[in-house]
Amino acid sequence: MATATPTPKVNHIGLPVLEYRGGKTTLCAGCGHNAISERIIEAMWEMGVEPERVMKMSGIGCSSKSPAYFMNRSFAFNSVHGRMPSVSTGAILANRTMTMLGVSGDGDTASIGMGQFVHLLRRNLPMIYIIEDNGVYGLTKGQFSATADLGSKLKTGVINDLPAIDTCALAIQLGATFVGRSFSGDKKQLLSMLKAAIAHKGTVMLDVISPCVTFNDHEGSTKSYKFMQDNDEPINEIDFVASFDEIEVDYNSGEVYEVEMHDGSNLRLRKLHEDYDPTNKANAVRTLMEAHEKEEILTGVFYIDTQKPTFIDLLNVVDEPLATLPESLTRPSKSALDGLMASLQ
Amino acid sequence: MATGDLALGEVQGATIARQRVVNDFSINVATVNGSGSQSANSVLLKSIFGMGVPVSGKNLFPSNIAGLPTWYTIRASKDGYVARTRDAEVLVALNPDTAKQDVLTLPAGGVAIYEENLNLRQYRDDVFFYPVPLDKITATLCPEPKLRKLVRNMVYVGAVAHLLEIDLGVVENGLRKQFAKKVKVFELNFGAVKAGRDYAAEHLTKLDPYFIERMNQTAGKIIIDGNAACGMGAVFAGVTVVAWYPITPSTSVVEAATDLLKKFRVTPEGKATFAVVQAEDELAAIGMVLGAGWAGARSMTATSGPGISLMTEFSGLGYYAEIPGVIFDIQRSGPSTGMPTRTSQADLLSVAFLSHGDTKHIVLLPGNVKECFELGYAAFDLAERLQTPVFVLSDLDLGMNNWMSEPFDYPDKPLDRGKVLTAEDLVRLGGFARYRDVDGDAIGWRTLPGTNHPKAAYFTRGSGHNDAAGYTEKPNEYVEVMERLARKFENARKLVPGPVTVKDGTSKIGFLAYGSSDFALRESLDQIDREYGRKADYMRIRAYPFAHEIHDFVASHERVYVVEQDRDAQLASLLKLDLPADQAVKLRSILHYNGLPLDARTVTEEFATKEGL
Repeated sequence: MATATPTPKVNHIGLPVLEYRGGKTTLCAGCGHNAISERIIEAMWEMGVEPERVMKMSGIGCSSKSPAYFMNRSFAFNSVHGRMPSVSTGAILANRTMTMLGVSGDGDTASIGMGQFVHLLRRNLPMIYIIEDNGVYGLTKGQFSATADLGSKLKTGVINDLPAIDTCALAIQLGATFVGRSFSGDKKQLLSMLKAAIAHKGTVMLDVISPCVTFNDHEGSTKSYKFMQDNDEPINEIDFVASFDEIEVDYNSGEVYEVEMHDGSNLRLRKLHEDYDPTNKANAVRTLMEAHEKEEILTGVFYIDTQKPTFIDLLNVVDEPLATLPESLTRPSKSALDGLMASLQ
Repeated sequence: MATGDLALGEVQGATIARQRVVNDFSINVATVNGSGSQSANSVLLKSIFGMGVPVSGKNLFPSNIAGLPTWYTIRASKDGYVARTRDAEVLVALNPDTAKQDVLTLPAGGVAIYEENLNLRQYRDDVFFYPVPLDKITATLCPEPKLRKLVRNMVYVGAVAHLLEIDLGVVENGLRKQFAKKVKVFELNFGAVKAGRDYAAEHLTKLDPYFIERMNQTAGKIIIDGNAACGMGAVFAGVTVVAWYPITPSTSVVEAATDLLKKFRVTPEGKATFAVVQAEDELAAIGMVLGAGWAGARSMTATSGPGISLMTEFSGLGYYAEIPGVIFDIQRSGPSTGMPTRTSQADLLSVAFLSHGDTKHIVLLPGNVKECFELGYAAFDLAERLQTPVFVLSDLDLGMNNWMSEPFDYPDKPLDRGKVLTAEDLVRLGGFARYRDVDGDAIGWRTLPGTNHPKAAYFTRGSGHNDAAGYTEKPNEYVEVMERLARKFENARKLVPGPVTVKDGTSKIGFLAYGSSDFALRESLDQIDREYGRKADYMRIRAYPFAHEIHDFVASHERVYVVEQDRDAQLASLLKLDLPADQAVKLRSILHYNGLPLDARTVTEEFATKEGL
C-alpha cells in the first residue's frame, strides 16, 4: 500500500523549515528566549539563508545557550562571558562572506561585556547582535542586571536603585546602523525586524525584551510579560518585503518611511508615532530618553543607515575569505625575503 | 683590555705607548630620551659593523616620552660576543643631568667624549677627556633651530669616528643607507659628521688606547631587532588576521608586520589580503585571534606581561576548544606594571599554564633574531597542526635591540594548515566528530565555517563537551577529552623545535638556558674555561613541552646549571615538573632579574661561587 508523504513546504532555496531547527531547548518553559529562537528560525528560513553560511555566536548566560536551540546546520561559537564581540570580529574578518548572528544577554552585554560591545558598535561590524533582555541574571538565580529599570523590584523585594543602561540609545550614538527594540511576545514585529536585519549590511543591534519566567516575571518587574503587554509602545509598524517577494503593497507614502536595503529588499516603516524619522540619530536618542521618562517601552526600528561603510569595507580586505586564501597569496616570495635581507646588510 | 695600570693623571696630554685595545670595548652614549639620538646611535653602530667588526647595540631607556635619561651602549667585539658588559670603556656624555654619574662610572683609563660645557674634568683625573663644543658647532652648521637637536647628534658621531679611527667613508655609507632617498637630509647629516670629525682632528690629540680596526667578520651579515624579525616571521607564515593592543615592548612586532603586509600583501586591485585591528584591549585582541583562528585564518597578536594576564581566560578557551592562534609575548619586568622598559624572562610559568583549570600551552623560545623569524613562522604551522594557541616568548632585550645575524633563510616547507575537512571529505565520510581521535595522534579533524555540507557544522564551546562537540557534564566524557588533550600535549614534544646542543663534550657539568640568555652564556662558558679551566656543556632549550633530548642531557651530567632571567627559577621549576625525581635534584639555578640584560660576568661569578672555585 503506497502512502504519499506530504511534501513539506520549502523556502526559495528549497529547504524545509526543519533544516533550520536546533536541539531541544533546556531553558525554562515559557522563557522568552525560546520564542526568539523560533523567530530566528522562521526569519532565516523565510529569507532563504543557507544554514551553512551562518555563524552563530554567543557569550555566556541563558541567552548565550540558545544558539544550540536553532539552526543545527550552522557553525556555532559559544565563547566566554561578555566577549562575543571580539570573537565575532575575528571570525568575520577571517570569512567576510558569512552571515553572522550573535545572541547575548543583558548581563553578557551591558555589564561584563560593555567594553567589547561599545567597540563592536563603533566598528559597524557586519553582524546581527541580539540582546535577549530580561533585566536579570538567570543562571546565578536572580540578581539585577544593568538593564533593569530604576525602581523595578526583584522577587525578593529588593528595589533597583541604579539607572538602566539603554542599549539602543547607546548603539545609535556609537555607530550601529540598524537599531531596534522588540518583545519576544510580539511575533509579527520581531519576525519582520529579524528579516530586515538579515538584509542589512552593518551592525544590527536588537534589544529584545524577553521575560524571565523564573526570576523576573512578577508584579513590580518592568521586564515581565504583563508589564510589556501594558506598556509596549511601537513607534512604527514594520513591513519587510524581501527582494525575491513579488508582493505589491499599497500604502500612503506620507505614512510610511521606506528604506531600500542592500540586497534590493524593502523595509517599510509605517509611522505610528508623530512623524518619526529613523535616519535622524539625535532625534532617535531624544525620543528614547523621553519615552523612558514617561515609563513607555518603545519598540520598533529606531535607527537605520544603509550607507555607512562597515568595518570590513574600511579595512579594504579582498572579497574572498582571508581564511582560505592560497599560500601563493599569503606567503611573500623568496625574492621578497632576499630583498629584505639585502636591505638589512 | 685592562688599562687600570696606567698612571693616567700623568699621561693625559702626554704621548703614550700603551697596548692598543682593538675592537674589544663598549661605547655608552648617555643622552635624553626624545632628543633624537636614535639615528645617530644607529649610524655609529652600523659604521662599526661596516668596519667588519662584530657589534651589538642596546637601548636602555625609561618608560617616558621625553626628558628622562637614556643610555645606548654599543659593544664592539672581535670575538663576536654580543651580550651586555657591565662596564663601557668609552662614554659619550650628552646629558647634563647624568653626566657626573656617567663619568664616575667609567672604568679607570676610560674615555669621556662630551659636550664641552659639561666640564667633566672636575670629577676625576684617571680617564681620557675629549671635550667637543657640540652646541657651538651645531649652531654654525644649522641655522634652523628645529633641526639642531638631530644635527648635534651627528656631530658627536663624527668626533667619535675620528677618535676611534672609523673610516669616514664607512660612516658615509651608513648614512646614505639610513636616509636612502632623502638627499638633503643626508647632506645635512653628513655635513655634521664631517664638522665633528674636523673639530676632533684639529683640536683633540688621541691618547687613549681604544681603536676600531677593519676586520672581515660581518660580511654578508644583517642587523635587525628581534621584534622586526618576529613580525617578518608572521608575514612569511602568511598571517591574515592580526589583532593587538599597543604595549611596550611588543608594539614594534605588529608595526613591523604591518609595514611588510602593506608592502607584500596588497593585490593588484589594491585590496588587502590581511586585516590588522587595533583592539580595545588585550581581552579583545586575543578574542579576535581565536575568532579568526576558529574561522580558519592564520591569526596572531603580540603583547607583554600585563596583556598576557588579561588574555588568561581566553587562552584557556583556546586550549579547551582547540583553536589555533599565535601569541607573541615580548617579556618585560613584572609583576604588575613593573618596569615596562626593562627586560625579563619571568612570564614563562604563567604562560605555560595560562588559564584556570588544567591547561598546558605550547611555548616557543627563540634565542636570537634568526630564530625570532624561524620560530615566528613555525608557530603558525604548529598552532594549526595542534589546533591550539601557541605562544612565542621573546623579551625586551632580544626584541628591541639590534643584533647581528646570518641572513634569514626562506621557509623550506609549504604552510601546514593542519587537519581540516572539506565538503568533499564529508561527502566521502558522511559526517565527523570534531574532537574524536580517529588517527591516534590525539588531534581531531575540524571544519571551517562555510564548509558547504549539511554535516559540516559543529558547536564550539568552552563548556564541557564530548568528542562530538556536544555539551556534557558526564564524568567519563569530560575525562576522555581532557586525557586526549594531555596526550596531544605529550605528542607535541616531538613536533616543537628541539633544543640546540651548543657544547657537548665530556663534562660532568651542564648548562641549560633559553632565549636571550644565550648571548651571555656563550661568553661565560669561554670565561669559565679560560679563567677556571672548566669545560662545561651547554644545551639551549627552544620549546615547551620539553623534547626528550633535554631529559637525556640532564641524565648525562652530574650537575646542571639552569640560567634564566627571573627571580623564581621558573625554567628550573618547569623542568623539575617534567624530570624524574632523581634527575630533578641535579638542577642548580643561576638567576638574574634586575631588569638589565644578562651579562657573562654574572653567570661566571655565580658559577664559580656555587662550584666553590
